Amino acid sequence: MPRITYIEPSGNQTEIDLPEGWSLMQGATSNGVEGIEAECGGSCACATCHCYVESHADRLPAPSETELSMLDHVAAERRPNSRLSCQLKASADLDGMVVRLPICQS
Amino acid sequence: MTAPIIIVGAGQAGLQAAESLRSEGYAGSLTMIGDEPHTPYHRPPLSKAYLLGEFTAAQLAIRTPEALAKKGIDLRTGITVSAIDRATKRLRLTNGDELDYAHLCLATGARPRPLPLAGADLDGVFPLRTLADTQAIAARLPSASHVVVIGGGFIGLEFAAVARKLGKAVVVLEAAPRLMPRAVTPMMSDFFRDLHIAHGVQVELGASVCALLGEQGKIAAVHTGDGREFPADLVLVGIGILPNAELAQQAGLECQHGIIVDACSRTSDPSIVAAGDCTARRLADGNLLRLESVQNAVEQGKSAAAALLGKERPFTANPWFWSDQYDIKLQMVGLAAGCDRTVVRGDLAARKFSAFHYRGRKLIAVDSINSPEDHMPARKLLDLGLSPAADEVADLSRPVNALISR
Repeated sequence: MPRITYIEPSGNQTEIDLPEGWSLMQGATSNGVEGIEAECGGSCACATCHCYVESHADRLPAPSETELSMLDHVAAERRPNSRLSCQLKASADLDGMVVRLPICQS
Repeated sequence: MTAPIIIVGAGQAGLQAAESLRSEGYAGSLTMIGDEPHTPYHRPPLSKAYLLGEFTAAQLAIRTPEALAKKGIDLRTGITVSAIDRATKRLRLTNGDELDYAHLCLATGARPRPLPLAGADLDGVFPLRTLADTQAIAARLPSASHVVVIGGGFIGLEFAAVARKLGKAVVVLEAAPRLMPRAVTPMMSDFFRDLHIAHGVQVELGASVCALLGEQGKIAAVHTGDGREFPADLVLVGIGILPNAELAQQAGLECQHGIIVDACSRTSDPSIVAAGDCTARRLADGNLLRLESVQNAVEQGKSAAAALLGKERPFTANPWFWSDQYDIKLQMVGLAAGCDRTVVRGDLAARKFSAFHYRGRKLIAVDSINSPEDHMPARKLLDLGLSPAADEVADLSRPVNALISR
């Protein structure tokens, strides 16, 4: 299972082994990682699972038009490496990936 | 040891209340009681991604049991509360146990409105509310060929879209003259009727169901009042929900189509708050508002936790909702009932537009189709009480976002 490192807003780091096909949002929220709200449960409808991709960015599929539009309206600063974690699916390529969670989601 | 705060209900609202209590600094004992056998899970994907096989049940979990335990939330599942004794501050459970509470948060949710017809209990007739409901539907879907959906609301239409994607023949029977009559304007009803017809769904409006017919205990057909028969081997009933307010009502709390709460989620008992689908919120003008949504569960959960800690955190944001059907994402903010004018921004034929609803000059709601870039700033417009003019919202050369910072 690919191992993902989440950096919470406090700086605390959590490593989670994510089953392939799970979204990075699902891995974080189900394990109680702080810094993601994910109100809509992964439907790309709420923009509250914002994350900053700190590594492996070149191995991710490009964001959809919907995700890009939602990213324009995240609560924290939008950066070039901003993504919605509900749209990022764990795969073997992403083993070792690091994502940072923003200070606020809403 | 002092008595705990007890949260009755382990859905989105109950979980939010529990976690907000912790994040707001409550360090005492905290128990959450759920009647389903699961840890809190996301319901919205049930009628969408889960039935399409895109999510597993494990992926629906909002938190693992370990994550809840780490936060000191004592979750007890598969348990039903049968009574609240407010005088002694004690809960009675159906298994005979009793639990003392210091404060109570009622997050008891809602249940599908039953179809009051003979045959509604035939094998192959399903509601869609819980994971168990959805698993039962998923088990039946592969062998079904003729699906009849009773009720053209969100649940029914989302399920119709799923069933069409899976190649089933689908009929939607809606008693009202248009789809989603409680939730959307006639223009949007027409848009969704056309969308479903284009995807091969037979949409029957003004079709009131009068009987469900079975063969050897299994659903075989649905009859409508005008004498028509629709063959069916799977029937989905989606005719709304009923708030689970009986527990509160029997305990003497003020209830009216839900547990009555104020903007801060307080009930008529100072020791008891309530949140989510089970509530009816008293607005500033005295009217009661019942919302059935994730946002309502989350916001009222936060307000309820604050209220238990003696703080006021009123829920005043405009309601927002979403629905996914085929490749269409509907996002709505505000309540369009009572609108007298609608301005369209974008292109209906291209299935990318937003409808701005006004009452007089006041903007009261915005429905967006495949236009999250409109929906997100529309939420801000409404929460700030801004009402941009019709020609401004229709002007595609300027993003909706630009109408906020004037």
